[in-house]
Amino acid sequence: MAEQPVRQSALGAARATQGPHAAACLRALPAASRFSFRGSPPEAETAGVAFGVPFSLQSCRAHQTEDRAALWLGPDEWLLLAPEDAARAVQAALIRALGERPYALIGIAHRNTALEISGPRATMVLNAGCPLDLHTSRFPVGMCTRTILGKAEIILWRTASEVFHIDVWRTFAPYVWDFLIEARARL
Amino acid sequence: MLLIPCPYCGPRPELEFTYAGEANISRPAEPESLSDEQWAAYLYQRTNPRGMHAERWRHVHGCGRYFNASRDTLSDQFQFSWKPGESPP
Ligand SMILES: [Zn+2]
Repeated sequence: MAEQPVRQSALGAARATQGPHAAACLRALPAASRFSFRGSPPEAETAGVAFGVPFSLQSCRAHQTEDRAALWLGPDEWLLLAPEDAARAVQAALIRALGERPYALIGIAHRNTALEISGPRATMVLNAGCPLDLHTSRFPVGMCTRTILGKAEIILWRTASEVFHIDVWRTFAPYVWDFLIEARARL
Repeated sequence: MLLIPCPYCGPRPELEFTYAGEANISRPAEPESLSDEQWAAYLYQRTNPRGMHAERWRHVHGCGRYFNASRDTLSDQFQFSWKPGESPP
């Protein structure tokens, strides 16, 4: 009998089980459906209606509902996040809504993984390797962007004043995790 | 750190960018009608000014887009940037 494939976190059990920390907590986020959507603003508008979350036309902004999010990554590029079991539904809804119009929808659930850093000194830890100004006046809640952390490219999204979602290519995830742990130890 | 003004994302740290050479260089419409010298000039010869320089940049670890910028090669000061297809401000 064929074995059922099992999805394992790119971070592994050792990294995903960090205890609480006064400065900044790290946790691996559960697996999710992820899509890269490429298209012009009119197609993005239609796709947003089908997805259930409007795609931001303002640069570097994310919109979200309870369990879905659309992150602006470029003027014709968005990252869509949804629960793991919603992948087929998302795909079907966008294909139906957009028909023959020009766009690209690529499933990237297996390429990226996500972690979350939260706490009063989360920005200090991130700034050990990220050159952006993370003060809330320059990087408010709801802002998202590709950037770099140390030697890895990440997508950084501020979901609350002291909470950041980090989306990263799965092979870079252990590096990003260890980098943040190390930076936190050196605060 | 040098801040580079991305026309899509605003001022961002230089680590997120890659340089992409002098701006406003059009590929000849009929390469076969060019002499070797003219083709070589298109490929390799650049103005290399001391002062303001129109050049292309890519916000590779950001929005991913190419854009144009005007930079002083002496002071490294960026004057302004603009989107491809648009005219400089
Ligand atoms: Zn940009």
